[in-house]
Amino acid sequence: MPQDFFGRIIYLLSRYGMSFFNGALQTMNIALVGTIFGCIIGFAVGVVQTIPVSKNDSLVKRILYSIVSFLLNAYVEIFRGTPMMVQAMFIYYGSSALFNINMSMMFAAYFIVSINTGAYMAETVRGGVLSIDPGQEEGAKAIGMTHVQTMIYVILPQALRNIMPQIGNNLIINIKDTCVLSIIGIVELFFASKGVAGTYYTYFEAFTITMVIYFILTFTCSRILRVFENRMDGPDSYDLATTDTLAYTSGMVRFPDPKNNKEDK
Amino acid sequence: MENRDVLLKISHLSKTFGKNAVLKDIDFTVKKGDVTCIIGASGSGKSTLLRCINLLETPTTGSILFKDRDIMDKNGDPAAYRAQVGMVFQNFNLFNNMNVIENCTVGQTKVLKKSAEEARKKALYYLEKVGMLPYINAKPRQLSGGQKQRVAIARALSMEPVLLLFDEPTSALDPQMVGEVLDVMKRLAKEGLTMIIVTHEMAFARDVSSHVVFMADGVIEEEGSVSEIFYNPKSFVTKEFLSRFMRE
Repeated sequence: MPQDFFGRIIYLLSRYGMSFFNGALQTMNIALVGTIFGCIIGFAVGVVQTIPVSKNDSLVKRILYSIVSFLLNAYVEIFRGTPMMVQAMFIYYGSSALFNINMSMMFAAYFIVSINTGAYMAETVRGGVLSIDPGQEEGAKAIGMTHVQTMIYVILPQALRNIMPQIGNNLIINIKDTCVLSIIGIVELFFASKGVAGTYYTYFEAFTITMVIYFILTFTCSRILRVFENRMDGPDSYDLATTDTLAYTSGMVRFPDPKNNKEDK
Repeated sequence: MENRDVLLKISHLSKTFGKNAVLKDIDFTVKKGDVTCIIGASGSGKSTLLRCINLLETPTTGSILFKDRDIMDKNGDPAAYRAQVGMVFQNFNLFNNMNVIENCTVGQTKVLKKSAEEARKKALYYLEKVGMLPYINAKPRQLSGGQKQRVAIARALSMEPVLLLFDEPTSALDPQMVGEVLDVMKRLAKEGLTMIIVTHEMAFARDVSSHVVFMADGVIEEEGSVSEIFYNPKSFVTKEFLSRFMRE
């Protein structure tokens, strides 16, 4: 075991590099799966919460809606309002004690992160939907679109763009917060680092490596998402279309002449 | 003047927001091919009336018959009705996530269930009509107000509506853009499209209307032909409202 700090870091890396690597892999795995499913849950809950209900709707629909809406609100408030670490213990041990369900550790990990992210995302999605100018919804209604069509083709694509930064935020939070899952025995980056550190009592060195790895993971993800966002915005310029063949050379694009049907093959 | 020419018949329509009565007992009829301009001061209920016609607002009482069918019928399908009645808004309300051509095809493919090719052909036809053909690849945020409004008109026309509603289509535009939008609307009027137009452009209303409705304080103060309303108004309120304009 080398005596200097950097020497020990290199020693740990060469000996336990794979432990760190596998831990990081597990962390990313849980964070990504949790974020993706969390987003799906969040979209579902958020969209249901923004369904308009008017006094003219039938009583059954209104009652049904208020029950569903109460349950969804309860879900959001409970999972947002309690620590994920406590939820992990509660769900993992509670499910076997109360319902005799023996979740696998991994399933529990995915489940807990997803449902947690879902609770946060629900509010984010709701905000994203509300952020779209109601005029566009009226525009869609005016050409005969139903509420569902309006959501799918007009509102959600724009809401998704607006909440992309928040999705990125959640991914980064999840990458960091998976470390609380070590409490139910998931061997992710934090758990792996603790193991390495404990072997030679090199806590400072081991966790220096861990810090760097966490940072690389989160920073890379945030950059990738930024590129993704820019791509969603599309180009800032557009091509003018024309049927004038001379203009093609100046960079204009061609479209079929509506008066001359032979042209569009 | 036969009954079958009647496209839209509104009777005893009223709309209240809380305690505030915005429309009181409105009656009026639109025949096929009519260009009806609704004029009046701001806050007189013009826009609310138009929004009631498209069911964007639910009328409090009264009935609206479209082709002799009550559109407020509980078993009716407001979306199917709206697909036949186009609307152009003051603030354009284009879909910002789509480019110009997509704005004009999405309703055709998703609501009218037309094929993509057919929808595109129709959209190109109407975009040419409003002079926006070169801009089919542009996003709404890249267009000027007048261009956006012309696209919005093309979007409404692409659905080939039986009736087209305009809610102050030029109020958010500068004078030059107002001209380009009004020109398009004049052409549509000449082609015989049935339109109801809420507007503050008096000269335009005088030139294109076949029927003028003057509203004040939530009621139809006076209605009639252009010469009746603009040159021989009977009501004192109408006279006063138009006097400022007629002097110019």
